[in-house]
Amino acid sequence: MKHGKYPLIITFLVPPLLLYGIFVLSPYLQAFQISTTDWLGYSASANFVGLDNFATLLRDEYLWNAVKNNAILLVLLPILTIALGLFFATMLNMGGRRGTAGVVGVRGSSVYRLVYFFPQVLSVVIIAYVWKEVYNPNNGLLNGALRALGLPAPTWLGDPRTAFWAVLAVMVWSNVGFYVVLFGAAMQAIPRDIYEAALLDGSSRWTTLTRITIPLLWDTVQVAWIYLAIAALDGFILVQQMTDGGPNHSSDVIGLRMYNTAFGSETKFGYASAIGVVMFFLTLSVAVLALRAARRERIEYA
Amino acid sequence: MNRRDLLRRTAAAGLLATPAAGLLTGCALGGGDEEGDGGETYVGTKSAQNPLGVKEDAPLEVVIFNGGFGEEYAKSHEAMYKEKYPQAEIKHSATQEINKTLQPRFVDGTPPDVVNNSGAGQIDFNGLVSQNALADLGELLDAPSLDIAGKTVRETLLPGAVEVGSYDGRFLVLNYTYTVYGIWYSTKLFAERGWEYPRTWDEHIALCREIKKSGIAPWTYAGKHPRYMSWPLISTAVKFGGLDVAKAIDNLEPNAWKSEAMKAAADAWYQIVKDGFILSGSPGLDHVQSQTAWCQGKAAFISCGSWLESEQKNVTPEGFNMAVAPTPSLGSGDKLPFEAIRGTAGEPFIVPAKAKNRAGGLEYLRTMLSMKGAQDFTRRVSSLTVVAGSTQGVDLPFGLSSVVKALEASGSNGFNWVYNNYYRKLERELVDAACGEFFSGRCTPAEFLDACQKGADQIAADTSIRKYTRA
Repeated sequence: MKHGKYPLIITFLVPPLLLYGIFVLSPYLQAFQISTTDWLGYSASANFVGLDNFATLLRDEYLWNAVKNNAILLVLLPILTIALGLFFATMLNMGGRRGTAGVVGVRGSSVYRLVYFFPQVLSVVIIAYVWKEVYNPNNGLLNGALRALGLPAPTWLGDPRTAFWAVLAVMVWSNVGFYVVLFGAAMQAIPRDIYEAALLDGSSRWTTLTRITIPLLWDTVQVAWIYLAIAALDGFILVQQMTDGGPNHSSDVIGLRMYNTAFGSETKFGYASAIGVVMFFLTLSVAVLALRAARRERIEYA
Repeated sequence: MNRRDLLRRTAAAGLLATPAAGLLTGCALGGGDEEGDGGETYVGTKSAQNPLGVKEDAPLEVVIFNGGFGEEYAKSHEAMYKEKYPQAEIKHSATQEINKTLQPRFVDGTPPDVVNNSGAGQIDFNGLVSQNALADLGELLDAPSLDIAGKTVRETLLPGAVEVGSYDGRFLVLNYTYTVYGIWYSTKLFAERGWEYPRTWDEHIALCREIKKSGIAPWTYAGKHPRYMSWPLISTAVKFGGLDVAKAIDNLEPNAWKSEAMKAAADAWYQIVKDGFILSGSPGLDHVQSQTAWCQGKAAFISCGSWLESEQKNVTPEGFNMAVAPTPSLGSGDKLPFEAIRGTAGEPFIVPAKAKNRAGGLEYLRTMLSMKGAQDFTRRVSSLTVVAGSTQGVDLPFGLSSVVKALEASGSNGFNWVYNNYYRKLERELVDAACGEFFSGRCTPAEFLDACQKGADQIAADTSIRKYTRA
């Protein structure tokens, strides 16, 4: 141990830890405290109500409706995004089979790679606005195309049967580009000779994907799963901008419930904090479960 | 630890960060609740010239909602204040997020002196009033008007302006503009086709049939904010059943939404849904999209308030000449005449109870309510104010002059309701959702009224929401 190591470590660690404590940990703790009050947000006084807010929450049908939607997102968003991401990444990195020099992507893959990444560059609010116009039942791109093909033109965001799925599609669309790049980068790290061996053995694209690529990418897929679980439990911005939870609460999510309870149509900060606390434990459980469920033997290339 | 492990752990940490963003932040309840922090610090001497007791050199802070009206009109009012009190320093700011910007300042007792609490980021008034966060503006009403000789401020206001800002008899909110809610149509389109605005419900349905035959949709509405359609529906009910219909709704009386008048109105309006008189796709349009479709001549009627003309300024074709009209009468048995229209004060201004310069805040509102201040506002933003007669000598655009005419015709038959001010959630969330189902044809009139009533009952049963009643 070199002399003077600790002062250095302390100098570098204390400021970030302090910031973390003030701006991350203390709001957490305060939210727990606020969730046990009836605080209405615009005065400094609040009464302690114990667990009343949580009792109300159990009976709040609007909240349960939002929880149900988040649960659907939690299942579908990772599955769809990872499946599409893996498919595109495979096509871009090893879809072309003409080459003799090992494994290459389909023609024009560098262009596709760029295009897939576009949504990642846009702010979520802009994505929401663009898609709101795409889904416009009368002048939108989507219904324009459907009409040209002679198909029926639904109202998309205006119909409780389609609104939620329309938002889910946008979520997948806006996320998939990032995972194409992530999976693509991980695929580059897989030694070429493995693929060349598979090619020589006459392995089909599908077998190569399921028997070689995915097992070797498992760690990355797991990371993707967790990131997407985060996105699925949130979804607030897209939903608020595109449907504001409607029609008739059909596309509501927990985050929007919380926001509307505190800032929207009411000022119940105590109750909104209780929703936040529930969200905290929900996310925590999902994280733990995702890490547990995806645990597997890891392969290291030396 | 290898790279992948690190990546994985970062992801797990990221998972923790999400609820952190979600959990509400801020040193919210901070150091306990000391009374007496904040509050009035600048007090001047009252005199005939200075009836509110403004301290001449006290700074004044004004926060404006930067929405459809912009902020220039406020700067002009501030200049008028400064003219009278040259030593006062005025701090002006404008934002679209009134709630997020000002919430911490209300909590720590240092709010601005005047707040224009408006827009989508408006602070729920029920919350503000029940926490005693607002100063009583009664003193302002009894002060003499700044430039209308011999009248108090109260005497210069249009009828209904005081009631709509009063909670349990205390005048807490000055609603500065005067808004008329009705049915809008293009007089040009109607003149070209030889159509006449219908005075009765049967004429309305007959005209809708004719309009539909000509290839235009009779109606469109803001499908994303379907509460816009609750306005003509409730108006129809009030005109049919009298003012008590609205009063019962405002006071959350049991089954107020299921009164005979509401049933008659819902049944009547159901016909435009049933007979396909609504532009297809309307449930998927927001207010701007539907209003634009209407301006493009794809639909004949739309329900909106008198801000419509300035909101649509950029897309309204030349010579479109929009005009507002009252809802058609259901029949000869209506309690109110056809001309009766819903008019109410809007665009709320408040003086926080803990404002440092409370007297200055009231004086600023008095400046806004002077004839000079009101005329300046109307000229700048093409909107009426609550100051009676302030449109005289001001050149009004076509739509706004139709609003003035409708108001004059309506006279003392004008009506209003305030449940949307008392219980923001009831209109914005619950009635809104019910209207969405109803006007897209997914529920019957009875189911619609049930859903509204269920919402009202929920609010009534919620002990954490303060209840108000009006006479």
